[in-house]
Amino acid sequence: MMHIGNLPFIVAMLLVILGLYALLFKRNLIKMVIGVSLVETGVNLFLVTLGYRAEGIAPIYTHAPTAVSQVLPTPQALTLTSIVIGLATTALLLSFAVLVYRHYGTLDVTKIKELRG
Amino acid sequence: MNNQMSVIVRTITRITYGLTIVFGFYVIMHGHLTPGGGFQGGAVVASAFALLLVAFGTAGLKGKLNHHLLQTLEEVGALAFLGLAFAGIGTAFFANLLANSGAVFGGAVPAGPNAGVLNSGGTLPFMNWAVGLKVMTGIASILIAMLIGLRKEAAE
Amino acid sequence: MKRAVLAAVFLFVAAFLLLAAAQMRPFGSPASALMDDYFLANAQAEVAANNVVTAVVFDYRGFDTLGEATVLFAAVVGVLAVFRKLREDER
Repeated sequence: MMHIGNLPFIVAMLLVILGLYALLFKRNLIKMVIGVSLVETGVNLFLVTLGYRAEGIAPIYTHAPTAVSQVLPTPQALTLTSIVIGLATTALLLSFAVLVYRHYGTLDVTKIKELRG
Repeated sequence: MNNQMSVIVRTITRITYGLTIVFGFYVIMHGHLTPGGGFQGGAVVASAFALLLVAFGTAGLKGKLNHHLLQTLEEVGALAFLGLAFAGIGTAFFANLLANSGAVFGGAVPAGPNAGVLNSGGTLPFMNWAVGLKVMTGIASILIAMLIGLRKEAAE
Repeated sequence: MKRAVLAAVFLFVAAFLLLAAAQMRPFGSPASALMDDYFLANAQAEVAANNVVTAVVFDYRGFDTLGEATVLFAAVVGVLAVFRKLREDER
């Protein structure tokens, strides 16, 4: 196996930073929801890479080759939970964005603040 | 307002949505043997619903799947999951009382890599079906609610 | 002014995350695998399931799945509550 050090952790953190950038500097609510999704994806990727064991295979015994190491199952299980929660929160955030658009007629957060006075 | 898509999309949807639903049910059924499980299979089945909604609009589901049926099925799934969890309360919450018992899904599996025994897993297949039902109906009702809301938005 | 503060905070957090990731242990060597080794060794005997991830999700860590199902249910109810007025208007 090629030696890659801790490059996967850095890639996951780059995804999180990209999401944080969208959250902090974008004004459109839909783009901010995309930022939340990016942070979530980065965290999921980080969790899965945490549980990787060198030369490991998926922790499933059906038709598995004998005498190889398997990756850790618990981070994968928690990532599964996290993905479904992410889907639910994204759906809820998008519904709130629709509600905000109906109420204010815009998705720009700065204009929404001006409207509130 | 006609919100159906073109005849190409509708034809391909008619061909593929049944296959997608069958594949989702396969993923749920074999959740304790192969990669997959209740969440993933439920999401696959819900993607078939999404395909139907995109191609035919809400008219494609009218009469077959409405909001009340979906909510009832989701609650059935949640209650089945909770009931299966409480079934093992004699030893612990979420204890697997059917595993290795010889009853339905109570078969033992040989240690180490093997070809897979479908009749194994104890309460795991039942929980997979409960959670799969919950996820597929939950996502389908979210999609239907959003589509109706957004179509209303576009009509204004 | 506000955007400058935001940029400073963003740069600080980004540098923190990247430096922390760069100083982590190498990829592919978990810090502690005792619990997961127990799951891998005993899931077939205790839960009778070949898929250890499913065994962890539905058996060893069932409470997490219960909480996750609750969150999904709450999200569905929230979305339906947001769009309920639209649905009533359509009737």
